[in-house]
Amino acid sequence: MLSKRNPQLNKHGELIHLLSIEGLPKAVLTQILDTAGTFLSVNDRDVKKVPLLRGKSVFNLFFENSTRTRTTFEIAAKRLSADVINLDIAKSSTAKGESLVDTIANLSAMHADMFVVRHSESGAPYLIAQHCAPHVHVVNAGDGRHAHPTQGLLDMYTIRHFKKDFSNLTVAIVGDIVHSRVARSDIHALTTLGVPEIRAVGPKTLVPGDLKEMGVRVCHDMAEGIRDADVIIMLRLQNERMSGAMLPSAGEFFKSFGLTDEKLALAKPDAIVMHPGPINRGVEIDSAVADGTHSVILPQVTFGIAVRMAVMSTLAGNEA
Amino acid sequence: MKVLIRNGRVVNPATGRDELADLAVANGRIVTIGSVSPDFQADRDIDARGLVVAPGLVDLAARLREPGHEHEGMLESELNAAAAGGVTSLVCPPDTDPTLDEPGLVDMLKFRARKLSLCRLFPLGALTRGLQGEVLTEMVELTESGCVGFSQAEVPIVNTQVLQRALQYAATYSYTVWLRPQDGSLGGGVAASGSVATRLGLSGVPVIAETIALHTIFELVRATGARVHLCRLSSAAGVELLRRAKAEGLPVTGDVSINSLHLTDVDIGYFNSSMRLNPPLRQQKDREALRAALADGTLDALVSDHTPVDADAKTLPFGEAEPGATGLELLLSMALKWGRESKLSLPETLSRITSKPVQVLGDTLGSLVQSAGQLVEGGVADICLFDPDALWQVKPGVLKSQGKHTPFDFATSGTALPGQVRATLVAGHLAYQAPALA
Amino acid sequence: MSTLSLDAEALYTELRQGVRALLRPELSLVGIWSGGAWLAERLQADLGLAGGHGVLSSSLHRDDFGERGMSASTTSTQLPFSVDGRHILLVDDVLFTGRTIRAALNELFDYGRPASVQLAVLVDRGGRELPVQPAYAAARVVLPAAQRLSLARDDDGRFTFTVQEEH
Repeated sequence: MLSKRNPQLNKHGELIHLLSIEGLPKAVLTQILDTAGTFLSVNDRDVKKVPLLRGKSVFNLFFENSTRTRTTFEIAAKRLSADVINLDIAKSSTAKGESLVDTIANLSAMHADMFVVRHSESGAPYLIAQHCAPHVHVVNAGDGRHAHPTQGLLDMYTIRHFKKDFSNLTVAIVGDIVHSRVARSDIHALTTLGVPEIRAVGPKTLVPGDLKEMGVRVCHDMAEGIRDADVIIMLRLQNERMSGAMLPSAGEFFKSFGLTDEKLALAKPDAIVMHPGPINRGVEIDSAVADGTHSVILPQVTFGIAVRMAVMSTLAGNEA
Repeated sequence: MKVLIRNGRVVNPATGRDELADLAVANGRIVTIGSVSPDFQADRDIDARGLVVAPGLVDLAARLREPGHEHEGMLESELNAAAAGGVTSLVCPPDTDPTLDEPGLVDMLKFRARKLSLCRLFPLGALTRGLQGEVLTEMVELTESGCVGFSQAEVPIVNTQVLQRALQYAATYSYTVWLRPQDGSLGGGVAASGSVATRLGLSGVPVIAETIALHTIFELVRATGARVHLCRLSSAAGVELLRRAKAEGLPVTGDVSINSLHLTDVDIGYFNSSMRLNPPLRQQKDREALRAALADGTLDALVSDHTPVDADAKTLPFGEAEPGATGLELLLSMALKWGRESKLSLPETLSRITSKPVQVLGDTLGSLVQSAGQLVEGGVADICLFDPDALWQVKPGVLKSQGKHTPFDFATSGTALPGQVRATLVAGHLAYQAPALA
Repeated sequence: MSTLSLDAEALYTELRQGVRALLRPELSLVGIWSGGAWLAERLQADLGLAGGHGVLSSSLHRDDFGERGMSASTTSTQLPFSVDGRHILLVDDVLFTGRTIRAALNELFDYGRPASVQLAVLVDRGGRELPVQPAYAAARVVLPAAQRLSLARDDDGRFTFTVQEEH
């Protein structure tokens, strides 16, 4: 079969859509992280706006609800001086049966410059990128179980901020990895940036063996998984998993795989604890740990805005 | 009409015949193969120099979308596609709307197909009413209307007892039951389980969905003595179970689709919905096993699995897209491609789409069984003339089917396909001729 | 390569003299990245000024973002003093169209309201497209528009000029 160019890159290898971390060269990732650093300082000024996206319209298309993620994208776009339009898809024409592609065509006719898309189906942003006008950029804010690239990038920014050097880290990702787009994006980013030891930790129903093909070490024992880890990324456990006959109860999950101070003691003394949020206290993480000195969960949120500003400004500056 | 086909390379897969010869047709039958009498006054004289003269293809799985799915295909467009693909007999599954569970519907379908005279139609009747998996259909009545077997199409029977009863009943009359081996509760994913589905975040169908279903089916065959044809095997493990079942002497046959024969899950690429298929595309080792099984006879037939899908139903995220691909016009090319890559002779290759599918259908074809899928003097003049060396690019504008989505389209593959049909005769008259035909 | 021979070190000596004449209380040097920042750093030391010099990146306010995209350099503005009420002396290596200075002013004003802003450059090559005027320029030259002139600093801290043909 003909090998197709990665639809995220133009013919010069520049980023025109951010759909997935997979397939992006290390230089592209590093450039975004470096740019995010610039924007972090902007967020500390009194005047938190720069005019890079002035006159541009950013449309937030959230087919799957998420006020948190949508808000951070909105803040990021506004700090770049963009006009932001939020589309509540559930109530709009798509619910009346308009196809995804028709929705995009209509919005493009309203002179959208950038779509930030969250959808419950893996691959939906690729379809959108294929069908939108050439100058429009697409940012994937999460598609099904496939990818959440801005979360992956902000997680990498967080790790780089606290640990500096990727090349000698042990990173443990704990929880419902098989259903997690955050885990997939994190794993691709960590492997691209050269992290030597990545562990996927959880019960067999949530961490199946074939995950090792993504370049991770599969651990079904929590102690083995986080021993001497420098970074622990805890994933949110969704309620549906209990009803889907994958886990008996939240309590049992917490007993084996919940992060407590006691388990944390097995990791390196200066280990950092991350979580994409929102956290389920007492299910995957103990309050004491979430609020404790190892937790960098709140800095993640701050970094998230700077990283999203970096992504949007990078895309806006590149032509299809 | 009297037709004379001169200078062609006559290939009869059933006997292995492969030689230059002339062929004369009259009254819907083949009169002579070899030296045709000079007294033969042909109404139509075809110069088949450089072409292969083969039996018309027999496709054991093609959806025509009527009744009920007319936005996806009409009898006329799809039977024209069949003729353009050199297919002179095809078997269609019962998953129409309404399902083919009433003799009246079967009568109507056969009547309309006969009027069009483009391709012979052999419908499969529904095994259970509405394909619901609860109540058996009137299999005797449906057979009298023309059904050649009974099938659940893509809908698995969840209640094993119902499946057992259905097979027992069918065995009473020696009817063949056509089943797709897929476990009802394990088969809900949109792609094959494996590293590609994991990377792309697509829900997976594990191989055990096929093997568990096969074990169940084989146990029921042992218990009931029913004849079963297994539709669209997709895995190495599945094929191995079929091999052992045949060695044991169970009355089972199997087929594979052109898609599973040539593609793997890697071909999904960036969520290309043309690759959204049932069964899902599996891995390299599965493909190799399917190819070997078709070569060694474990799998009896190659089918197009023709399933035209509306463009709107494909322009959706992968998991929401409707599974299926157009295939009638690609059956010949995909068979030739496999045959060449597997280093088989032309008669061997063509047998998988002519004589061997006829053997699967057996007595259900009535008197046709003696000559369908073959070139015999005195037999039906169902003939496909094709240029084995021509290359063509699969493009929507070229296809006669209403379904334009195929994983083999030129835009995706960048590859032209070998083998192009120049003429198709059904019962001695021209159902299709290419502009290039002399 | 051009036949222009500009001695950057010699011009720096001139610049230092010119800047010394512009010094006043409550004044801070702010160098525009990258050439201006190197100049400001050396001027700060050579003139024995108290406090620190500022480094300013104009990249967030450039007017050519739509054509050229995000710049590869990701240096951030760092101003170790409050801008409000301060007299600022912007320092840059080459003054050409004036657009960089416009962007630099916008960046500066994001931090506060200076009492005044003046400009000192090593080379003024004319070709202005905006009403920008330096208080001091060590040299005035004319170059073909397609040539890009910029300051380089080697490992020993010595300044030289480089000329590149733009396409």
